[in-house]
Amino acid sequence: MWDYSDKVKDYFFNPRNAKEVKDANATGDVGSITCGDALRLQLRVNPETEVIEDAGFQTFGCGSAIASSSALTEMIIGKTLDEAAKVTNKDIADYLDGLPPEKMHCSVMGREALDAAIANYRGITPEENHIESPLICKCFGIDEAKIVREVTENNLSTLQDVINYTKAGGACGSCHEKIEKILDGIKKGEYAGKYVTTDMEAVRKAAEEKSCSHDHAREMGAAGGAHPPKEASAADDAPARPFFMRPEPKKPDAGRKNATGPNPDHLLWKPISDLFDEIRPGLNGDGGDIELVHVDFTRIDVRLTGQCQGCMMEDMTLSFIADLIEERLGLKTVINNLNNPMSGEFDHE
Amino acid sequence: MSEMKVYLDNNATTRVAPEALEEMMPFLTDVYGNPSSMHDFGTPVSESLALARSRVAGLLGAEKDSEIIFTSCATESDNTAIFSAVQAYPDRREIITSAVEHPAILQPCAYLEERGYTVHRVPVNSRGQLDLDFYRSKLSDRVALVSIMWANNETGTVFPVPELARMAREKGILFHTDAVQAVGKLPISLKDTCIDMLSFSGHKLHAPKGVGALYVRFGTRFRNFMRGGHQERGRRAGTENSASIAALGRVCRMAEEYLASGGADETARLRDRLEQGILSRVTHAFVTGDARNRTPNTSNIAFEYVEGEGILLKLNHEGIAASSGSACTSGSLEPSHVMMAMKVPFTAAHGTIRFSLSRYTTQEEIDYVVEKVPRIIADLRAMSPYWKQVAEGAPAFNPDFKGTLGA
Repeated sequence: MWDYSDKVKDYFFNPRNAKEVKDANATGDVGSITCGDALRLQLRVNPETEVIEDAGFQTFGCGSAIASSSALTEMIIGKTLDEAAKVTNKDIADYLDGLPPEKMHCSVMGREALDAAIANYRGITPEENHIESPLICKCFGIDEAKIVREVTENNLSTLQDVINYTKAGGACGSCHEKIEKILDGIKKGEYAGKYVTTDMEAVRKAAEEKSCSHDHAREMGAAGGAHPPKEASAADDAPARPFFMRPEPKKPDAGRKNATGPNPDHLLWKPISDLFDEIRPGLNGDGGDIELVHVDFTRIDVRLTGQCQGCMMEDMTLSFIADLIEERLGLKTVINNLNNPMSGEFDHE
Repeated sequence: MSEMKVYLDNNATTRVAPEALEEMMPFLTDVYGNPSSMHDFGTPVSESLALARSRVAGLLGAEKDSEIIFTSCATESDNTAIFSAVQAYPDRREIITSAVEHPAILQPCAYLEERGYTVHRVPVNSRGQLDLDFYRSKLSDRVALVSIMWANNETGTVFPVPELARMAREKGILFHTDAVQAVGKLPISLKDTCIDMLSFSGHKLHAPKGVGALYVRFGTRFRNFMRGGHQERGRRAGTENSASIAALGRVCRMAEEYLASGGADETARLRDRLEQGILSRVTHAFVTGDARNRTPNTSNIAFEYVEGEGILLKLNHEGIAASSGSACTSGSLEPSHVMMAMKVPFTAAHGTIRFSLSRYTTQEEIDYVVEKVPRIIADLRAMSPYWKQVAEGAPAFNPDFKGTLGA
């Protein structure tokens, strides 16, 4: 068993603010079921004072993930957004009298959810909040910016530290050399100023620029807060929309260079199309749909639409389809959801 | 914390049987001689080793007592078997194993792979059954050793090892099995099979930790792993752990009696009671592995949309010990390789809990667990952002990986 502090155990066994905040006007979602932990943080922010009046969390994860989420809500209630934005993952861990090294990523997840919620309140989309940088860890989808940020903020020095704090390199291990190179680069000062503009500053700046267009949304408060309009309409009606939104997908096909159009003459088009017809009733039942865009022998481009798109179950749906295709057609394929620029890793190996 | 203590982690280790402790005590006190010595201090120890050897051979159905080599643990037995085979057949540069072996097999194989060996890992399907066509296709005179476990430690799924060994023998290939989870739970008669080597350890069947055995069929080419003295007929150097070996002999005899008296059926009955009790009270849960073909004491249940470590912490709080294939409990960041090999979906792979019983498990304990588990799962699900989506109408993910009892 892990050597958890009494405080971690207390916050796990008696979680504070484990709830949905019904009149929330800011939501931060991070993680995924594939990676083994996910957190939704909801805030009710007073529009006049920007004080966080209430906060609630829902967490899928281990004991320390639940304890970190729980502690975070307690730490930020009563703070203004600007004050809350200063909370670091180390503050969360310290609040809990420390976390085992292997569990530091739980505190990082808490801080990320907070960043996401604040950005959400200020009307910043995840894309605007995200600094483009090379993908380092394919298994957990961790990019260079995140690694540099955690290394700098937490004074990390070893590969194991990076794994503990970011999960990067924690699975197949093929990115270890890249991570070590980044660590070397940071020591040599090569990353000075790069990526560490502190996200929140960028967020605030972007927010000012956008403030006109989003004032209205903010005033809507309980009716959907600063959610982008597409979500806002249903934000109050949880069952009617995917419960856990991924970052707003980019425009279809954006960022996917090699997307190609329909090729119904392909040998595989009909069998796969038939297979989709077979599973479509199930998807429709969840308010979603799937469209076949392009097939070849190693990759299948699809568009998940409706509730499937950006839905937390998207990963699962895609890997389920990949398995089905292997089972029925004996074909190992990558299923590529064109409506999500992040997908394309589902070769179920 | 709970007053009630229920230990359902017997695939990890077991309590020492009182009879085993009694058997070993003389060798920890007055009978301390070295079994290799010629004097009266050594003789009774040496006699005790012989008795233990015959008891182990009896449980395994070995033809000769001398086919049993005492080791320190199953990991040592596994390493010995693998490195013996590759040294005995230096021209053969391939190894066949399965994707779901214990690290004691996977790691030595990976080590050899780095040094130029080709390792074929037989995949399993969603029920944890081996791909026999793949296995057959890899058998050739280039293979030094087949090493496939008898029963899986996480799911209890039993592989058709006697049949696999026969197929290997037809091609003239050595066959080893890691039978840690099978010995004492399934009837075994090695003399009626083509198995050349078998590993197991004492602490999984109520002997203390630190003692194991390797069966090596008479006439099998063998190369030492431990080098030094002439103990174990020169096959395993190092002064024998006489007290623990005496205990191992005793528990093997007890296991024979347990199997002969239908004890395994009683364990299976309790296991099924536990499983059905939980599955009838908890939705979105299913048995992983081959439910019809399992060791009698093991049940691995996947609870969707919750994470295993949280379940274990809460079970522990209620005095219940189990284990999980979740990433978080192991310090790794991925779910167990067994769950991954079976392609258990990620919604459930992080929430798999293994309950493993022993002959000491009582119905009262099982009923207590059945009473506690549903509340624990419900509490964690109430906190899970995924659960509401499911609870409010999205249908259960329902592919064919479910075991038959999980439906």
